[in-house]
Amino acid sequence: MNWWRRLLRRKQIEEQLDKELRFHLERQVADLIAGGHDPEQARRLARLAFGGPEQIKEECRDARGTRWVEDFGSDVRHALRGLRHNRGFAAIALLTLALGTGATTVMFSVVDGVLLKPLPYREAERLVAINGSTEKYGENWGFSYLDFLDVQRQSQSLDAAAWNYGGGTVSGHGEAEYIDGSAVSSGLFPALGIRLVRGRAFRPEEDRHEGSPVMIISSRLWQRRFGGAPEAIGSSLTLEGKSYTVVGIAPTVALFGDSDVFTPLGQSWADPRMQNRGSRFIRVIARIRSGASLASAQTELNLIGRRLAEQYPRFDAGHALIARPLGRELAGDVRPTLWLLLGAVGLVLLIACANIASLILARAVSREREIAMRAALGAGRGRLVRQSLTESLVLAFAGGGLGVLVAAVGIRPFVALWPGSLPRAEEIGFDWRVLLFALAASILSGAIFGLAPALRAPARELERALRAGARNVAASSRGVHGGFVVGQLALAVVLLVSAGVLGRTLLHLASLDPGVDLRNVVTARVAPAAATLTDAAAMRASWKEFLDQTRRVPGVERATLTDIVPMRAGQNFLPFSSTPEMPPPDRAPVALASCVTPDYLEVMGLRLKGGRFFTEQDRLDGVPVVVIDEVMAQHAFGRREAVGRQLWMPALSRAPVQVIGVVGHVRHWGLAGDDHSSVRDQVYYPLAQVPDRLMRLFSSLMSAAVRTKIEPSAVIDPWRRATLGSTGDRVLYEVRTLDELAGASLARQRFLLLLFGIFAGLALLLACIGLYGVLAYLTSRRVPEIGVRMALGANSHQVMWMVLRQSLWMICAGAGLGLLGAIAAARLLQRFVEGVGPAEPSTFGATMAALGVAALVAGFLPARRASRVDPIAALRQD
Amino acid sequence: MPRSNPKSDLPQGTLDLLILKIVSLGPVHGYGIAQRLQQVSRDVVQTPQGSLYPALHRLENRGLLAADWKETETGREAKFYRLTRKGRARLETEAASWQRLTEAVALILQMSEEGAK
Repeated sequence: MNWWRRLLRRKQIEEQLDKELRFHLERQVADLIAGGHDPEQARRLARLAFGGPEQIKEECRDARGTRWVEDFGSDVRHALRGLRHNRGFAAIALLTLALGTGATTVMFSVVDGVLLKPLPYREAERLVAINGSTEKYGENWGFSYLDFLDVQRQSQSLDAAAWNYGGGTVSGHGEAEYIDGSAVSSGLFPALGIRLVRGRAFRPEEDRHEGSPVMIISSRLWQRRFGGAPEAIGSSLTLEGKSYTVVGIAPTVALFGDSDVFTPLGQSWADPRMQNRGSRFIRVIARIRSGASLASAQTELNLIGRRLAEQYPRFDAGHALIARPLGRELAGDVRPTLWLLLGAVGLVLLIACANIASLILARAVSREREIAMRAALGAGRGRLVRQSLTESLVLAFAGGGLGVLVAAVGIRPFVALWPGSLPRAEEIGFDWRVLLFALAASILSGAIFGLAPALRAPARELERALRAGARNVAASSRGVHGGFVVGQLALAVVLLVSAGVLGRTLLHLASLDPGVDLRNVVTARVAPAAATLTDAAAMRASWKEFLDQTRRVPGVERATLTDIVPMRAGQNFLPFSSTPEMPPPDRAPVALASCVTPDYLEVMGLRLKGGRFFTEQDRLDGVPVVVIDEVMAQHAFGRREAVGRQLWMPALSRAPVQVIGVVGHVRHWGLAGDDHSSVRDQVYYPLAQVPDRLMRLFSSLMSAAVRTKIEPSAVIDPWRRATLGSTGDRVLYEVRTLDELAGASLARQRFLLLLFGIFAGLALLLACIGLYGVLAYLTSRRVPEIGVRMALGANSHQVMWMVLRQSLWMICAGAGLGLLGAIAAARLLQRFVEGVGPAEPSTFGATMAALGVAALVAGFLPARRASRVDPIAALRQD
Repeated sequence: MPRSNPKSDLPQGTLDLLILKIVSLGPVHGYGIAQRLQQVSRDVVQTPQGSLYPALHRLENRGLLAADWKETETGREAKFYRLTRKGRARLETEAASWQRLTEAVALILQMSEEGAK
């Protein structure tokens, strides 16, 4: 019989054991009677020979080998009984644990979904993202379409595929609506290994500008617009005025979480960037073919990169191609933030464990006599440790179970709260990995808070413990208790200082002047109408028409064009010099150059520091002019007046350009990021002076910005309609308000502060509860001693001081230890969160003050109670 | 049973061997084993009845013995133990090693007697 079957049939086995032993006794009695004894005597003799049946049964049970399981069962029942009797303790411990494990589990499931889980694609480890990289600016470059085609053609070890964000107004089969989409190369779905729900992927011949217009839609859109009907395949949908035939239904794809329509990238030929090798606007991923490795693929990419640089030095010189595992690439810069949060929440759980450990310890000390009694009755040390550990584990599992519930409820709201888009958010959820983690966290916390009390449990000096009354102050436990409180306080200090550092950072950042007036500005990228891209004059006329149409939109006050929008991704660096001799290209200073129209100053609310901004009179036939920001003025001319001076900027004109004005610096790289940017100089030049041959390139780069008199979101739709143009294909996309762009640049700091603030508050509260609990407990144990002291003449102040002194060393030790941890934590934050400076002493000071006050209050209450002890009552106690 | 009789305690571990031997003669219940132990050892060996049953259960647990509930000659149900194949193998090795041990001990004891002469 297996041990577990023996366990299941325990009752039957017990009955049989009883029957067997009874049979023995009765037979012996019968034999004795047969041998001439009278029945009474026979029974007595049989018993004597046999021994105690209960002891024999007990030994038989031991022999069965299932003893530990049965003990475990009875220990669990004992623990549950204990919790039921001690409701207050149970409630506090369970609540603390539920919140602790719950929060940790939520954080873990996010980390797991975003960072740890393999991508949901076939052989995801063979997928890479390919980025462009230059020595000066690192791996921040996308691909130009032409470069992508060359890489795709030349690579032997990679199946490369590309996509670009797209989308637009979809009509047909329901109301017209704006839908996010992606333009993808025909190889994308096969490379990712995605099987379409229905229909087929794009064919290579459809991935060309003359290919037949076909479209793949997401299953989400399929359900919404077609109700999941199979006839959707073959029907037509209109996207941005162009009719497409639906050929496939795609499942939700992690890379394109928001995309509902997919069109062939090669058909976006109307987008002028498609034919510009310098326009690095598409993203490239690739699957490493079997037989190749990441290293061999990289070697090949190096070769292709060098070949491209030789072939097209104007665009690709110094441009390297770097392949990175796709999962890592997708997680991007969320990685450190997530680990920081998981660490912080882990600290909270640790504090909670310490809290519960000291609670259990306090209970254990008051149960010392009970435990000593058990030991005296023969319970072994191992058995007592096991029982105590079982109690802790029961608590841990109950708390962990509640924590899982907390996490299950809390996970979605938490993800929704995340600022900006969390990569792979749709993959975050509850699965066996998360449950396994919760289980491990519960066991671990049970072990942490159960071990110290358990090891203490077997009473040393049994006899003394049994003889002593409650008067026996548990001096030995004071050290352990103090240790827990010190640990808790130290961890709380770490979290408090971290929150303080983040809070200061946020205050500092929010008080910074962005350099632009964020209110009532809407920005949008503009895709010009294809028909106007014929010659420079037509393009200029079309832009003028666009601005006029925009200004006529109700609510629009002013309108401007620019190729760079403050605080939005995108940059164009141009070298400059204040002398005619340019330094060599890799050493020339560069400035962020924005090509703008005259209204830019007013739309953005730049501050004019000197000179003037552009006017309609700054034309191609006039002197080339620029406006620079104060940072660039300082770099180029020092303290001397900049207005009226000349700069040499070969990218703009062969002749020197005239500085006609100086404006305030704009925090282009975000409120937080600007100070850390390697380039901070800014220069503006008029679109009107862009040479004719470059007009087409610039037309493809232009965004528009409007200052509104009314709520900015109200002008978006009328603006979109008013500027469609005579051919109806001039399109506004990536429409954002400046407020959104600025807010997004601080969102991470704000979110981190919120969470660290919550964690720190929780930690402080728990630590103070812990301090209070331990002091109250220790003090209550000392009541008889206090009674003696007071009877001998100590006054209440002296008694109070005696108790407070006890808390003071815990607070000081905790704060000291915590300070060391906090310095390390502040370093981590400084490294991983943009805009965080070195922690200032005042942050530490304020934190310590807050901790000190809170801890003293927690310590004061027991001290006051001690000072009010009635000596007579105290001496009579016990 | 008078307790004053001079009896030796069973050497450690030999109870199992004796039980296996007795059971090897045919299925038998616990009381039968106790009786047989007493008869065979002619009251020389103290058979602690208290440790008989735990030993039986232990042997059953290790798969050396198997048990069935059967009717006795008096018509009552009793638990009859029998030897398993594993038990028989164990009995043989144990018996052999016991044999070797006792021979060796006897040899040593004789030697010391000769030495004393």
